[in-house]
Amino acid sequence: MSDVVVVEHLTKLYELGDDHVVGIENVSMRIEAGEFIAVMGASGSGKSTFMHLIGMLDEPTSGSYFFEGIDAIRLTGDERADIRSRRLGFVFQSYNLLPRTSALENVELPMIYAGVPEQQRERIALEKMALIGIAHLRDHNSNQMSGGQQQRVAIARAMVNNPGLILADEPTGALDTKASKDVMELFTTLNNEHGITILLVTHEADVAAFAKRIITFRDGAIISDVRRGEVAA
Amino acid sequence: MNLKATLRLAFDALLRNRARSMLTMLGVIIGVAAVIVTVAIGAGARASVQAQISSLGSNMLVVLPGSITQGGARTGFGGASTLTPDDGMAIAKLPNVAAVSPAVGLRTQVVSGGNNWQTTVTGVAPTYTFIRSWPMASGLFFSQNDTVSAAKVCVLGQTVVQNLFPNGASPLGQTVNIKGVPFTVIGTLGAMGQNGMGQDQDDTILVPYTSAMHRLTGQTTVSILTVSATDAASVPIVLTEITTLLEARHRIIPPTPDDFSVRSLQAIASAASSTGAVMEFLLAGVAAVSLLVGGIGIMNIMMVSVTERTREIGLRMAVGARSAVILNQFLTESIVLSTAGGIIGVVFGLAGTLLVATLAHWPMLIPPTWIAFSVLFSAMVGVFFGYYPARKASHLHPIEALRFE
Repeated sequence: MSDVVVVEHLTKLYELGDDHVVGIENVSMRIEAGEFIAVMGASGSGKSTFMHLIGMLDEPTSGSYFFEGIDAIRLTGDERADIRSRRLGFVFQSYNLLPRTSALENVELPMIYAGVPEQQRERIALEKMALIGIAHLRDHNSNQMSGGQQQRVAIARAMVNNPGLILADEPTGALDTKASKDVMELFTTLNNEHGITILLVTHEADVAAFAKRIITFRDGAIISDVRRGEVAA
Repeated sequence: MNLKATLRLAFDALLRNRARSMLTMLGVIIGVAAVIVTVAIGAGARASVQAQISSLGSNMLVVLPGSITQGGARTGFGGASTLTPDDGMAIAKLPNVAAVSPAVGLRTQVVSGGNNWQTTVTGVAPTYTFIRSWPMASGLFFSQNDTVSAAKVCVLGQTVVQNLFPNGASPLGQTVNIKGVPFTVIGTLGAMGQNGMGQDQDDTILVPYTSAMHRLTGQTTVSILTVSATDAASVPIVLTEITTLLEARHRIIPPTPDDFSVRSLQAIASAASSTGAVMEFLLAGVAAVSLLVGGIGIMNIMMVSVTERTREIGLRMAVGARSAVILNQFLTESIVLSTAGGIIGVVFGLAGTLLVATLAHWPMLIPPTWIAFSVLFSAMVGVFFGYYPARKASHLHPIEALRFE
């Protein structure tokens, strides 16, 4: 299988006046296509920093990062934005749907920035919404939907450009147990049946249990990397 | 991102906050409407002054008697009785002078048959219609012979014709009694309409000035001498010549002040016109300040909007919006706001102008270039005041923006 992400000696330091704080330090790992990975760790462990770097929302201090064979370190801001729009999908804890905007328009948003022609946008968006089972919500605004429904709209939004990797930052953090389970089952289905590569950040073990591989961060470094079926070292 | 998509994003965002968008536009609407109305008033006033001048003739000069002091009180121009018909005849002999007409006026009740009417009776020379470029409607104007003989003949303005001969009969050959003296109507004047001050110029009767002086007022002096120069260029020369001539005739040696004053209509007009221009400039300045305040209002709201929508900006960046696209989106919102405000302002300005013109009967004129300029200027207000907030939005860090509470 091909590598989606190859990271070597990745380090991110945050400057605080004269001092600096370690985000992550000397992290090396790779993600292959079709993987479903949960990144765990306490707050401040570096798991969010890691996800932001992989998602090209932030730039590392040192180390190397190749995404689908492209050297991400050398990209300009605009080139990173283009990769975010065409090859990456984001799902957030707080859904981040546009207010007073229909579910359909929210799902179409990344295609506007990717330059998909207007007439194709609605068709593609409805296709993905149907796949996730939320086609009936097309005209609902975010204040007319439950948290679980909003998160499904956000997942559809992350999928419209057929990304190579979906990054989910605490996607179940704001959901109740039932809705959490539904969202995680959706991710599992998307991974199993559609081969979508998923990297999910969580601090809940039962959420992480849905993934095929669990990476644990502590103090900015990976302390364990376990694939399901293997015995923890 | 093409222009259409960018405009679409801007319109969607503005429509989501309809009330706020309207209130933001209000500043620009008021500013542009104020510009349109003030410019319309200014341009209208200027045009009416210009029209008045051209109706009087740009070659025209007037000689007024000077001021006299009576018991310590100065009377102002025209108060003294120093001009005579002979002064007029002497001026007529000057080079570059085409014609001179004295004028002696009185306001009185005139009677013809069973009708009467109060009007202005003015004694003038046969050259008067030439100086004023005033055509005849019927009959003839009086001649030099009529002047010499102080003939009891008169020429009627159209308003007088309508009021003394309401049944439409020709007034020619009829008799009009002026202060009990019967005058025969020998002609009627063409309609001139109102002058720039709103006076009805057709409400007049013209008689030979000799007849007016000897038969009606008993004066030996005239109230004004109207002079026509041969062309507009010689007006300043004629002005100097008249001054020299009259100083000699009236035996005035400096430093004694002149007992008359000579003015060209050009000078009066340009003074009026420059006063108008100053007023126009001041009004436009006030209007421009209100437009500026409107622009600051837009900037204020755009700043609030950028802060309020920080998470939205973060999300847009996360799903792939380049920072230039974010800049364009917010700049477009600001330009759409200000331009829409400008267009609505023009509509209100036109309506306001129409209202003032109808209610106050002010002459109003809206130069089309000003409409284009107002809309263009408000679009520029949008660019100028929208750029800083838009730049602020486009420079946000995506992660910090997404985490913003």
